[in-house]
Amino acid sequence: MIRFDRASKRYPPGIDALADVSFEIGQGELVTLSGHSGAGKSTLLKLIAGIERPTGGAVLVNGQNVGSLKRGAIPYLRRNLGLVFQDQKLLFDRSVFDNVMLPLSITGFPAAEAKRRVQAALDKVGLLAREKAMPIMLSGGEQQRLAIARAVVGRPNLLLADEPTAHLDAATAADVARVFLEFREVGVTVLIATYDDRLFGAPRRLTLDHGRLAA
Amino acid sequence: MSAWLLQHGQALRLALRRLVATPVNTLLSLLAIGIALALPAGGQMLLANALQLARNAAPAPQISLYLDLGADRRAVQDVEARLKAHPSVKSARLIAREETLARMKASEGLGDVIEALPKNPFHDAFVITPADDAPQAMEQLAAELRKLPKIGHVQLDSDWVRRLDALLRIGRTGVLLLMLLLGAGLVAVTFNTIRLQVLSGRAEIEVSRLLGATDAFIRRPFQYHGALLGLLGGLVAWLLVAGTTLWLAAPVTEVASLYRSGFVLQPLSATDSLALLAGAAALGWLGASLSVRQHFTDR
Ligand SMILES: Nc1ncnc2c1ncn2[C@@H]1O[C@H](COP(=O)(O)OP(=O)(O)O)[C@@H](O)[C@H]1O
Ligand SMILES: [Mg+2]
Repeated sequence: MIRFDRASKRYPPGIDALADVSFEIGQGELVTLSGHSGAGKSTLLKLIAGIERPTGGAVLVNGQNVGSLKRGAIPYLRRNLGLVFQDQKLLFDRSVFDNVMLPLSITGFPAAEAKRRVQAALDKVGLLAREKAMPIMLSGGEQQRLAIARAVVGRPNLLLADEPTAHLDAATAADVARVFLEFREVGVTVLIATYDDRLFGAPRRLTLDHGRLAA
Repeated sequence: MSAWLLQHGQALRLALRRLVATPVNTLLSLLAIGIALALPAGGQMLLANALQLARNAAPAPQISLYLDLGADRRAVQDVEARLKAHPSVKSARLIAREETLARMKASEGLGDVIEALPKNPFHDAFVITPADDAPQAMEQLAAELRKLPKIGHVQLDSDWVRRLDALLRIGRTGVLLLMLLLGAGLVAVTFNTIRLQVLSGRAEIEVSRLLGATDAFIRRPFQYHGALLGLLGGLVAWLLVAGTTLWLAAPVTEVASLYRSGFVLQPLSATDSLALLAGAAALGWLGASLSVRQHFTDR
């Protein structure tokens, strides 16, 4: 599903965010990615989504070499991924419903079917009752769950989340973590960058230290 | 196909929503575009009317053909037959030399002088109306007529056609120049309006990209927005010109009737109106495309 082959990422002017990283994640696995702040977790996720390109080695997703994809092919890669960003990137000028609708508008889903899917995704994260609310009216935990609903509404087979439980109290964090576990149950491959991998049961764990994978 | 339609419908609806969401900006842009386009459109309207007026008022251009003095009846009939058969000749009227002589004798003052002449000094002549009265076509016809047998002199009465033609060419050049200048103005207005839209929609653009939107998907609503601005601006221009035509119609008719002319001021023709609207929409689309492209290469 995901394979890193001696991948590295150097940001200008010479910051090695990732160095010589190799690992493989199979279909249906749930894996956590931990490490200190600045260890390279976000960078690793960005390489998978084609937001950044590796400066060395190869990153393969479903057998595709993401680093060598043309600019025009990147959107289609992303449509098969569910992305939960560290800073969430919700749109505050539109309702909860419309935020979740966005990925389906992008792929050109027929309206009636899209509406059903959005409501199913909101139901899944427990936000169906708030579909008409604006994101600003939601609590931190609810905003996080909204971001998850938007990530999964396109029914991706790979879900990437960047510190989805940061800044949440223990109970809310456990709540959000449970949503990811449920996706693993239905066969979605899940990769979560987190400080707190105990929330996700006893998953397989990758640990980064200054851009290198710790044993 | 239906997905394609769906996406374009979506983009169009989004563009309409954005137009309505900033009503003051939209109205100001439409006014700017409308006034800019009204100038070349109005110029075109006036030009078309001037052409009409000139065609009505000026005498039909003709060619006069004088035969040799020695030409006999048979030669005259021969030339007449050739003229009738010529495809560029619409009609040819014979003015026989005897007829001219009789008319001259009858005219006051000249009669005695003519009477004193030993023989008829006048030529047989044809007055020819050409099928095509463009100056070049007339020159060519005259040149061909000079080659007929027993021809003395061919005279072209096309000076006024040349003058009118030159004037119309100036008018057309002026309208074209206005069109180019103010078309560029339209592109600039949409470029700027769309640039502001792109800036205020940056967050949405960034998120859409991250969620798998193609460049075309992001560009499309802005292009429709630009095209709508152009189209509606074109409509404003059309209304301005139509209003002016209506307003001028009564005084123009009054002046025309003083000159015993049935001339009536015509509004912009259907073809010109369509060209105005389509051209304005296309230029708006272009301005928006340039604006969005600039944003794409900015990052
Ligand atoms: N766009 C960037 N330009 C330059 N340096 C960056 C950029 N993004 C991240 N970095 C650097 O790369 C390193 C890894 O960052 P990041 O992947 O965000 O770590 P983490 O998510 O584990 O905190 C850090 O030293 C960070 O400062
Ligand atoms: Mg990070």
